[in-house]
Amino acid sequence: MSTTNVAVDLALRMEAVRKVYRVGDSEIVALDHADLTVAPGEIVALVGPSGSGKTTLCSIAGGILSATSGRVVVGGTDISDFSSKELTAFRQSTVGFVFQSVNLVPFLTARENLLVVDELGRRTGSAARKRADAILGELGIADRANNLPSQLSGGQRQRVAIGRALMNEPRLVLFDEPTSALDTKLGEQVMTVIRNEMKNRGIAAIVVTHDERNTRYCDRTVHIVDGRLEGTSSH
Amino acid sequence: MKIALRELVRRPSRFIAATGILTLISLLLMFLGGLADGLIAQSTNAIEAQRGDLLVFSTASRNSFVRSRIDSSLREAITSVPGVTEVGGLGVAQLGARVPGNGPRDLADVALFGYEIAPRGVPSSPPDGQAYADSSLKADGVRKGQTILLGPARTPVEIIGFVSETNYSGQGSLWASLTTWRTALRANRPQEQLGDDVVQALVVNVDGAAHAAAQLIDTTTGATSSLTVREAIDEVGGVRAQRNTFNSIIGVTGFIALVVIALFFTLLTVERTALYGVLKAIGARSRTLFAGLALQAVVVTIIASIIAGGLGLILDAVIPAGSVPYQLSASRIVTSVVLLLFAAIVGSSFSLRRVLKIDPASAIGSTS
Repeated sequence: MSTTNVAVDLALRMEAVRKVYRVGDSEIVALDHADLTVAPGEIVALVGPSGSGKTTLCSIAGGILSATSGRVVVGGTDISDFSSKELTAFRQSTVGFVFQSVNLVPFLTARENLLVVDELGRRTGSAARKRADAILGELGIADRANNLPSQLSGGQRQRVAIGRALMNEPRLVLFDEPTSALDTKLGEQVMTVIRNEMKNRGIAAIVVTHDERNTRYCDRTVHIVDGRLEGTSSH
Repeated sequence: MKIALRELVRRPSRFIAATGILTLISLLLMFLGGLADGLIAQSTNAIEAQRGDLLVFSTASRNSFVRSRIDSSLREAITSVPGVTEVGGLGVAQLGARVPGNGPRDLADVALFGYEIAPRGVPSSPPDGQAYADSSLKADGVRKGQTILLGPARTPVEIIGFVSETNYSGQGSLWASLTTWRTALRANRPQEQLGDDVVQALVVNVDGAAHAAAQLIDTTTGATSSLTVREAIDEVGGVRAQRNTFNSIIGVTGFIALVVIALFFTLLTVERTALYGVLKAIGARSRTLFAGLALQAVVVTIIASIIAGGLGLILDAVIPAGSVPYQLSASRIVTSVVLLLFAAIVGSSFSLRRVLKIDPASAIGSTS
């Protein structure tokens, strides 16, 4: 992995990032010259209508998709020209994801869902087990460590998903509509957990959301329309 | 890998259908193999038991005991070939035997062997007029101490003991001296004109490689066809056809197993697309996911094989001796398991393309 000193202080720097999908003979511009920086510990809400490019931006920032053009630097590592194999290793070590529809492994306990990250990556064994227990404790679900996802409430499942995203000590965590499957009260609880965990650990986060109420848990809100980042407002 | 094993342990119900079908296929493979082995053994045990590196027939016989004739001069020529260390005569006559206590038309089919070098499990050649009988002849009422009458000439032979697993051409064998064999053959097949120094084949032991020695014997004598015991077994009437037929059926069954495994794990992969997308998004390599899938296929196959192996052995114990030529050996079980494992790995590999095609971006929804 190549490292650059220019962006070393930032958790994320995206410069003139463009993503174009080809459908038959036509081109769909999903992201158009997006510039975005996120500092360590900063929580950015990414708000926009469906099809505006929120998920594409998140996918590029998390190394799931490659940009058509532009530069992406995460935690000091320029991933713009990474191969698919390099991106896989990058995702293992540098970013965390919390998905819209929780997506825990259904036949693994809460604790084992956290340990999956270690099994797929560094394989640190007992150190990972200690870390998983500590994270579950901090998230307030230590007593549910041996429960399967089907035995947990929606809020508990989302906490496990947050714990999984923190297992690899990421520089950046990407939340894709983290409260969309929860009721208002649970949504607020989850957003509080997200804010506390990110701030306590100094980890940057981008929260993709439709729900304007979630933006108050973030440091700043970035609006995206038709693939273009438009206004930014601080809280 | 751990994830794949945990799924097997915690969600066994998902794999029951595949395990059940594979158990039946595995049992079918073992049963077919056992039948093939049993059937072939009934025809060839007597040859397989020969303590020799080579069986030598006369050239014109096309490797058939009935047509082959080796006289003393040819035997001498073979004995003097460099590397030949031991030579023993062998002859066989297939006859009907009248057994005391059985009805006059209730004949036992026997293969009377005359021999010099004792086959495995058979004592050295008995005195003239006596023979050891294969234990399968007990089902025909043959008992130790009896004198049975061979062929239309009713040549008497006294049974002095039993040996096992020495059948020939589906018949129970009798093991006697060359003189006893010649006497029975002359009396019952007078047209065969057998001289006192003539045998049908020679069991030959050699120093060094058997194939090279066989070639040297045939080149030196110009009148022989020398085969290893394994080759001689294939020359027994019908054995090659039986083996090819059963191997074809076993091959098709193995292919069916492969298709079943391929279909099952392809369906499983389709069902897991979302989960694999998430795992890829958090850093799982396609290689790791496929290895887990292949491991599950192998474990399911091993479990199916263990169950089928147990059922196969029970079947072996339950089938009454002599009713069905079924003989399940450890090597047959191992061969069936290896074939199924091969089918499991190849079958599951059909899912590899699907696993590779799963896009981690699918984990975070459609393009928005």
